[in-house]
Amino acid sequence: MTSSTIVTPVELTESDRRHAARLEEVWKEPSGFLGWFKAVHHTTIGKRYMVTAFVFFSLAGLLAGVMRLQLAFPEAHILSNDKYNQFFTVHGSTMMFLFAVPMMFEALSVYLVPLMVGTRNIAFPRLNAYSYYLYLFGGMMLWIAFFCNTGADRGWFSYVPLAGPDYGPGKRPDFWAQMITFTEVSALAVAVEIVVTVFRLRAPGMSLNRIPIFVWGQVVVAFMVIFALPGVVLSSTMLLIDRTCGTQFFNPAAGGDVLLYQHLFWWFGHPEVYIIFIPGTAIVSTIVTTFSRRHMFGYLMVVLALVATGFMAFGLWVHHMFATGIPQIAESYFTAASMTIAIPTGAQVFCWLVTLATGKVVLKPPLWWVIGFFFVFIMGGMTGIFLASVPVDLQVHDTYFVVAHFHYVLIGGAVFPLFGALSYWFPKITGRMLNATLDQVSFWLFFIGFNTTFFPMHLVGLRGMPRRVYTYQPGMGWTVLNQVESFGYVLLFLSVCIMLWNVYRSARRGTIAGSNPWSAGTLEWATTSPPPSYDFLYLPTVNGREALWDAAPNQPIVVGLHDDVRSFLTTRILDAEPDGHEEFPSPTMWPFWAAVATGAAFVGSIFTPWGITLGAIPVAIMMIGWFWPERQPAERRRAREIWQSE
Amino acid sequence: MRYGLALLLSASLLLNAGCKREHRVFDPGAAQASVAYAAPLNPVHAGGPSAPAAPYIPSARALSQYEQSAYAVGEGKRLYMAFNCVGCHQHGGGGIGPALMDAQWIYGSHPEQIYASIVEGRPNGMPSFAGKIPEYQVWELVAYVRSMSGQLPEDIAPSRSDEMPVVKAEQARPKEHPQDQQKDRKAQP
Amino acid sequence: MMFLAAVPGFSGDQTSLNPVGPGASHIEHTFALIFWITAVVYCIVMAVLVISIWRRHHSLDTMPDPQPTSAESDQRAQRMVAGAIGVTIVLLFTMMISSFAASRAIATMNYEQALTIHVFGHEWWWEVQYPSDQAWKTVVTANEIHVPVGVTIRIHGTSRDVIHSFWAPNVQGKRDLLPGYDTDLMLKVDQPGRYRGQCAEYCGEQHAHMAFYIVAQSPDDFDHWLQGQQKSATPPATPQTLHGQQVFLTHACVMCHTIRGTTAGSRVGPDLTHLASRTTIAAGMLPNNTANLAGWILNAQNIKPGCRMPPNGLSGSDLQDLVAYLETLQ
Repeated sequence: MTSSTIVTPVELTESDRRHAARLEEVWKEPSGFLGWFKAVHHTTIGKRYMVTAFVFFSLAGLLAGVMRLQLAFPEAHILSNDKYNQFFTVHGSTMMFLFAVPMMFEALSVYLVPLMVGTRNIAFPRLNAYSYYLYLFGGMMLWIAFFCNTGADRGWFSYVPLAGPDYGPGKRPDFWAQMITFTEVSALAVAVEIVVTVFRLRAPGMSLNRIPIFVWGQVVVAFMVIFALPGVVLSSTMLLIDRTCGTQFFNPAAGGDVLLYQHLFWWFGHPEVYIIFIPGTAIVSTIVTTFSRRHMFGYLMVVLALVATGFMAFGLWVHHMFATGIPQIAESYFTAASMTIAIPTGAQVFCWLVTLATGKVVLKPPLWWVIGFFFVFIMGGMTGIFLASVPVDLQVHDTYFVVAHFHYVLIGGAVFPLFGALSYWFPKITGRMLNATLDQVSFWLFFIGFNTTFFPMHLVGLRGMPRRVYTYQPGMGWTVLNQVESFGYVLLFLSVCIMLWNVYRSARRGTIAGSNPWSAGTLEWATTSPPPSYDFLYLPTVNGREALWDAAPNQPIVVGLHDDVRSFLTTRILDAEPDGHEEFPSPTMWPFWAAVATGAAFVGSIFTPWGITLGAIPVAIMMIGWFWPERQPAERRRAREIWQSE
Repeated sequence: MRYGLALLLSASLLLNAGCKREHRVFDPGAAQASVAYAAPLNPVHAGGPSAPAAPYIPSARALSQYEQSAYAVGEGKRLYMAFNCVGCHQHGGGGIGPALMDAQWIYGSHPEQIYASIVEGRPNGMPSFAGKIPEYQVWELVAYVRSMSGQLPEDIAPSRSDEMPVVKAEQARPKEHPQDQQKDRKAQP
Repeated sequence: MMFLAAVPGFSGDQTSLNPVGPGASHIEHTFALIFWITAVVYCIVMAVLVISIWRRHHSLDTMPDPQPTSAESDQRAQRMVAGAIGVTIVLLFTMMISSFAASRAIATMNYEQALTIHVFGHEWWWEVQYPSDQAWKTVVTANEIHVPVGVTIRIHGTSRDVIHSFWAPNVQGKRDLLPGYDTDLMLKVDQPGRYRGQCAEYCGEQHAHMAFYIVAQSPDDFDHWLQGQQKSATPPATPQTLHGQQVFLTHACVMCHTIRGTTAGSRVGPDLTHLASRTTIAAGMLPNNTANLAGWILNAQNIKPGCRMPPNGLSGSDLQDLVAYLETLQ
């Protein structure tokens, strides 16, 4: 084991400097107004994902504030029922589809995974840009519709027949359904990129058993996205064509089935929860390792737990539907399955505890957020056991107990680690440290505010308050608890404001971070902060699980890649032995135009089925433009293939 | 810049349309809540005899309010089942009563004429609903009935029902051109 | 578990923590078991976390070098983790068995002897039917379900429009009422009383105001009530109520409501034959008294926006007489 001095930047020689200048020339992002639409580098797109997702988080958080105000008093008239239904639906849909998945999966993995596996860009960079624009357009569409009184109002799940043609007049559910299509196409694209990046673009030496846990988590999520999201795309599309084309998928009178929708939706909806918090647990593993100053205890167990969670997550969707009345034997199966998934999660918790208990713990802000995660997320896991038990679930299902449970799981499992990740990777992204004092203040405000807001919801749920009610009657014994919850919101609001102020200030005036302020072990810390447009001056090689901690004194680097084109190294799946080199495509406007055309087709299909038929024509044109081969790269590729075949 | 402006303009127009389409009025106000009444032309009254009241003259504003709101048209569809219009006219195809989804209108296809048909009743079967339905619900029914022959925009007309399928959802039906409205169009210029 | 429920200002008639029937009490036992196991486990895990961080933490300004790990201590830790996972599995198994036992106890409630009550969910009220072999004896009422104490009840439910969920937490867990499906829910009430229930599946504009009451009575009282409900409506006796009936029959009311014994027979809204015998109107929202009834008829949209009852511009005297008539419908 060598000390961390290896990562301190070595003096650059003259030839290094020339190499860097040439790389910069080839890799730099196009500038200017039009250049903004051409960018394809993963750090640029990743940052855009982060900012956009955070904007949606803030907007949906503000909606929550208005709802808390409405619920602070019985029979209040701050929001009408029509408005409240739009508010809670848009809050839920935004948090799930426009914040949680894009932030935890897309933003973090697009930015970090290529750095962590030691390559120069994400696989399929143009597809990556395309996925971002689609996500942006989908989110904007939902919110513009919301501001025009066309906000979805049938819940983030939009069950039929309530969202169906007879009970959902107007276009509100249609906008919801197409927002799903937008965001899911974008998530699927990123999932494919991540799988390929991790399997084929790793640094030499990073064999499967040396991949950082964070990257393992994102790969598992990518596979889950590929298998889960088609379920929701299917259900929302069937809903849409039931509404616009007069099909009968969910019409009981014509042999359709209202439960079919729920099965399809929860086939996606339950894995969704794991899609959101597996990146969270992966962040926790990373931060715990760095701040315990030791290798993660039980690496294999944690990785297997992540993979097991990914598999099992597909076997328990029915526990969202216990109240619909399913056969006894199925009930028993899904109870058992839902409880079993506690085992891998428990194994991870034990591994973190051992790592902390046997390490040399340094209490810095990122670790505080992780401690918050332990308190909150494990509580959410415990209340999850209540929901897994069929009889208990029949009492607490669709009450505020469930609202409390999933906020504990999702805010605990995703937002706490996310804010930890923010203070952990902020120096890497901006090159400056986040102010630790302000970070501490926002942590304590958030932790106390969170528990004040959501703990009483357990109690009010057990006292019989159902979810999704726009008001309640006085004398039910719910008023005081609801007022406590609403007060907690104020603390949460303050905390996020302080955090935003901290980010704004530290990005300008924070202390310069240097390339590896936490002397952490993963590869993203081997390059400068912020990373250059080519990520690494020389592509690194890896000698152990924590690449920088385990590096040999004379750890080799990859040489011999062309620095006059965007070339990169491909390696084999299992042992990451180099097996060739390839070339990334150059920046271009085509992904943007393709996203515009796709967006037009999707939005058009809300109003008429012809939207897809006619809308496919411009999409095809844009795609042809996108994939039109350029002479020079094609010739280089041919030359390479000849060289490789020899 | 010009493009941006044009885009903004068309977008705001679209949004405006969206707002009207989605507007939901739950409490129509006292004027529209009073029951619709006219001298009945049919001795048969829906739900038994009615108490006499002052006849009501519809205003043009009231009309557009209902025909531009998807919620109001949807309510019209619900009332069409609730008040058993469906018993004679079916889901537009007709049976005991005439079909409503074609261009053959015995008593006219203008909203005011349909209103009158509902409230006054018509000989040979159509009962009078005078005094039985609040004003605004009659207009909702009128709007829905007109949507059945494609007279309303597609994005306002309801789509297929949670019933046994008819031929086509209201929003997907071709626009019929009833005789009386064709004459109007010729007279206009 | 009552410590969670027993606080001033809380009536306890809509909570799973105050069970009054075998269904809810089986569930409450499982709930208590899971509660205590998870609470203890949570405290232990948090204690381990806090203690280990407390013992191992350094508040250094610079990050120390990564520590070597010893195979020996890791092996010890491995045994501990394996043990902890073993305990987790045993505890999960215990909770699972308890859950299965509760499910089984509820599922094996006496099905054969049960009294059947049909419940139909509507946007946003509950239609309740007591079927009988003789059609004329069928009782139709709304939002109040009278049940005899100590008798197993079979709630046979479905929905007339969207998905609703039938839930009276003191008595039994919830069950969704789905269009196109018939569902059965077995329940039994052991103590006489009034227990509130509420729709638990989001069903649109007035989901918040879709409550009902289960009124548990002694079997004698229940039979008496049922016989009363089987009768047709009381004919009006005074000129005022007679005029009220005329108002009912000649205005919009007759388009949606039934009063058995008159010509009003529409099934769109709740059956009003014995309206005055019910204690609430508007699906458990308002106490059934003169002022509320009049206000409701005059403009229900003001009280429960979006509900299906239209505003009725009745004159003062008409309204008075109508309410007077409705109040005779015992």
